[in-house]
Amino acid sequence: MQSLGDAFRAAFGLVVSLDPDLIEIVSLSLSVSGVSLLLASLVGLPAGAGLALVRFPGRRAAIVVVNAAMGLPPVVVGLLVYLLLSRSGPLGELGWLFTARAMVIAQFLLITPIVAALSRQVVEDLWVEYADQLSSLGAGPLRAIPTLLWDARFSLLTTVLAGFGRAIGEVGAVIIVGGNIAHATRVMTTAITLETRKGDLALALGLGLVLLTLSLGINALAAGVREFGARWEG
Amino acid sequence: MPGARAESILPLELRGVSFQAGRQILLRKLTATLSAGAPTVVLGPNGAGKSLLLRIAHGLLAPTRGDVCYGGRPPGLTADVRRRQAMVFERPVLLRRTAARNISYALSVAGVPRSERPGRVADVLARTGLKALADRNARVLSAGEKQRLALARAWALVPELLFLDEPTAALDPSATAAIELLIGAISAAGTKIVMTTHDLGQARRLAGEVVFLNGGALVEQSPAERFFAEPQSEAARAFLKGELVWD
Repeated sequence: MQSLGDAFRAAFGLVVSLDPDLIEIVSLSLSVSGVSLLLASLVGLPAGAGLALVRFPGRRAAIVVVNAAMGLPPVVVGLLVYLLLSRSGPLGELGWLFTARAMVIAQFLLITPIVAALSRQVVEDLWVEYADQLSSLGAGPLRAIPTLLWDARFSLLTTVLAGFGRAIGEVGAVIIVGGNIAHATRVMTTAITLETRKGDLALALGLGLVLLTLSLGINALAAGVREFGARWEG
Repeated sequence: MPGARAESILPLELRGVSFQAGRQILLRKLTATLSAGAPTVVLGPNGAGKSLLLRIAHGLLAPTRGDVCYGGRPPGLTADVRRRQAMVFERPVLLRRTAARNISYALSVAGVPRSERPGRVADVLARTGLKALADRNARVLSAGEKQRLALARAWALVPELLFLDEPTAALDPSATAAIELLIGAISAAGTKIVMTTHDLGQARRLAGEVVFLNGGALVEQSPAERFFAEPQSEAARAFLKGELVWD
């Protein structure tokens, strides 16, 4: 086992020299989580706004379920997607198990509830302010949903970033459905798990540094967006 | 509906309108007819039900009892009736977009074709003296500019009936004067104004007719001149003298 100091030096070396393996893993991570986030936003934002505005029987129950689903254990989601995509599963025909697509599905299931639940709250708060005015202008719920999503854009961007943070740092689901296959489904978190187990601390630490920097960057970005939004929204 | 435009939504008739929240009766059996012409100013002490009356007349709230009828139509609010009236609130809600986009949004909801919107936006901005602010973020305008923009947004819809709930309550004297000028212009251009205010001077300057409410009931409805010169009810006399009115 290397000494901690050596490991850190090697890790920095990998990051600074833009080691191709490291770059490949980081880019796959970013694209898997990016696509998941895009799909989760396409579904979660309108769903959250719909939950905020549209009154229907079972709405309260739906809100409780969505809120609870924010804390879905990644390994359970991974297991469910595994069962769905496994050869004998209902979607086994697709042959998506152990591909990046499987990882996207798992992360999509993990973060859609986060995006939906947080955006429901944001949109509902804005609706309190807007309800009379939009009704007066004659905008029904279907018209109000895109209006509120657009007007809450800065707050929603921070919820979307929260979803991205969850996706990029998650290991339980992607390791089950992706399988951590080198050059195919190896992302930062699964690589860190594997390299740590193998004792190759340099790559693990290097990836860890990138991951930490990313989540720091995401949070800084979220804070910046919040601040800019607060100023813009007067 | 062909020809629908020709039939005015005026007069606005309130027939025995009551509104109850829980066990509290906030408006009781209110009957009034508001006809086209000079502005109607709704006066009355705090809690008399002025804003509530405006909300019900505009169709934001349904009365617990009684009917609201527009231009002799059967009671109720159709999409056509809604489209021909507008309301500006005490604290206007401006969308998080530019001043011009706030107006074109209202036009778009009202079904104005896309090609007509820029012209109408520019026109109303010019008429309200907001041209220079067209591309400014509506949320960071001053209180007076915000209220002017809210009026411009309403005016762009060319409503037959415009409700204003305390349009100058939060404004300083010069901004108030600008809003009053604008209200006069909107009225002169043919829109019936129905407004509430706490400012008796403003009521004298703008009103053609006064509706005086007290304790949720209509106490009197008279031409403004007569109301201010010789109010018919004890409550109105006391209110004009600046005394506290209890119901």
